[in-house]
Amino acid sequence: MAASSTKGGPVYKGLGKVPDWGLVLFAGLVYVFLYAPILVLVFFSFNSSKSTQVWTGFSLRWYGELLRDQSVIDALKTSLTVGITATAIATVIGTLTALALTRHAFRGRTIADSTIYAATVMPEIVVGVSLLVFFVAAGLALGITTIIIAHVAFTISFVTIVVRARLAGMDSSIEEAAQDLGANPLQTFLRVTLPLILPGVMAGALLAFTLSFDDFVITFFVSGVGSSTLPLKIYSMIKFGVSPVINALSTVILVTTMILILGGSRLFVRSERA
Amino acid sequence: MGRSKGRGWSLGLAGLLGPVAFWLGLFFFVPLLMILAYSFGTSGVYGGITLGFNPTNYLKVFDPLYLEIVVRTLFIATLNTLLCLALGYPLAYFIALKGGSWKHALILLVMIPFWTSLLLRAYAWVVILGGNGLANRTLQFLGITDEPLTLIFTPQAVTMGMVYSYLPFMILPLYAALEKFDVRLKEAAQDLGASRWQTFWRVTFPLSMPGVIAGSILVFIPSAGEFVIPNLLGGSRTVMMGNLIQQQFLNARDWAFGSALSVMLAVLLLGAILFYIRRVGAEKLEGV
Repeated sequence: MAASSTKGGPVYKGLGKVPDWGLVLFAGLVYVFLYAPILVLVFFSFNSSKSTQVWTGFSLRWYGELLRDQSVIDALKTSLTVGITATAIATVIGTLTALALTRHAFRGRTIADSTIYAATVMPEIVVGVSLLVFFVAAGLALGITTIIIAHVAFTISFVTIVVRARLAGMDSSIEEAAQDLGANPLQTFLRVTLPLILPGVMAGALLAFTLSFDDFVITFFVSGVGSSTLPLKIYSMIKFGVSPVINALSTVILVTTMILILGGSRLFVRSERA
Repeated sequence: MGRSKGRGWSLGLAGLLGPVAFWLGLFFFVPLLMILAYSFGTSGVYGGITLGFNPTNYLKVFDPLYLEIVVRTLFIATLNTLLCLALGYPLAYFIALKGGSWKHALILLVMIPFWTSLLLRAYAWVVILGGNGLANRTLQFLGITDEPLTLIFTPQAVTMGMVYSYLPFMILPLYAALEKFDVRLKEAAQDLGASRWQTFWRVTFPLSMPGVIAGSILVFIPSAGEFVIPNLLGGSRTVMMGNLIQQQFLNARDWAFGSALSVMLAVLLLGAILFYIRRVGAEKLEGV
């Protein structure tokens, strides 16, 4: 062993001094792979002809057509209604669950813990078809209500995990101090605990909204014929045939996502610092 | 609230856990138990179902026609996981250990595709691999082929779409694990005479194992249950288990068989997770 160190190549003291060009090149190519298809999509949304493959000139006509498509607007409204309602319910339930799991030691906590994780790893298609079977058996008409119920069911766990991470890093002696000073449990929660975990709760809500807004598989099974969310609408548009309108819609969604991520990453950074 | 550190149940605790027990109990567990019950039932000709203890739905999976789909599903999901690991590990390593002050910007660049709709990312490949798409025109331009090749509706197209869709799911946990890595350990190994290769395989890689496990689970599970990507990029020739389940519930209306397939998929995937964590976890412990 000692001999190999003397005959070995360059001695690496500290990292980054010897740039590893192979690694840099590889990383660059992976980034190209991640972005090129999306950029191609965005590029052809500005195409003047109906082709999504051959560039004929710049135009905004597909964005105009998108705005005039009432079914897209309706789907967007449904998605927003579902997303906001499901996020509100899931955030409240998920935060309560996180409080129970971090602030209380109780019998059956391991079971509660595993349930939360089981709900995050269960394949979406299994969740979707089991809910379909359940709603049909219960006689509930498939529509916006069943979509909201399903979205709450699959986002609660994610909110719980995010809020719990925040609570775990928090000193519970502050809460004890508030109670020693005479605050009742509700006052303690509203004036001490909640403000401290708020960045975590907001991050959890943002995650829940994104998951809900983006969900296709579960929604596909529980939506019925009448109500279509944006992903369902996009799916049927793709099935119907590629068109620059889908590219225009993709571009709008992409830009919105980027704005949300930038806002969200600030939120996460703040929740780490606070 | 911060007070009750006892082992017992209190009214407050019941209040905190009540809503989640209701919602996940009624809308997660009961439905799962229902498909378990349905999987042993018998489908009627017009879509109804008679409960009972009928194992034929499970035996049906061993029909070569269906077995081929199960094997293909596991093969594509495994291949996808390995490809994501091969592409994602070097990138995560680069960002975490060589990223320097660019680290946050570089990881943000991975998060943007991560948060972009899977559907849109599959659509991008429908366009690129389609008949007269960018891929074909590039191949023709380079003189590799004269006539457009059939690129879409192949197992390769499905794998391509999957790697593209799930790569960020692999990179993010790998980055989280590698970011915590103490560089001094690497220096220590090299000071003790280990080559770069030895240092990587005996120090860095074993310590990043939690990220490898998490990333592999995050990629393997959804890709084995995937039905959008094989639907859009695989067509009728690259059917996966997800497509088969969807067909049973929506077209064939054989809910009993569809339920049996769903139960098998869930058991298979959860079993794979447990096996993987045990196996890799044990080796990791031995390595330390």
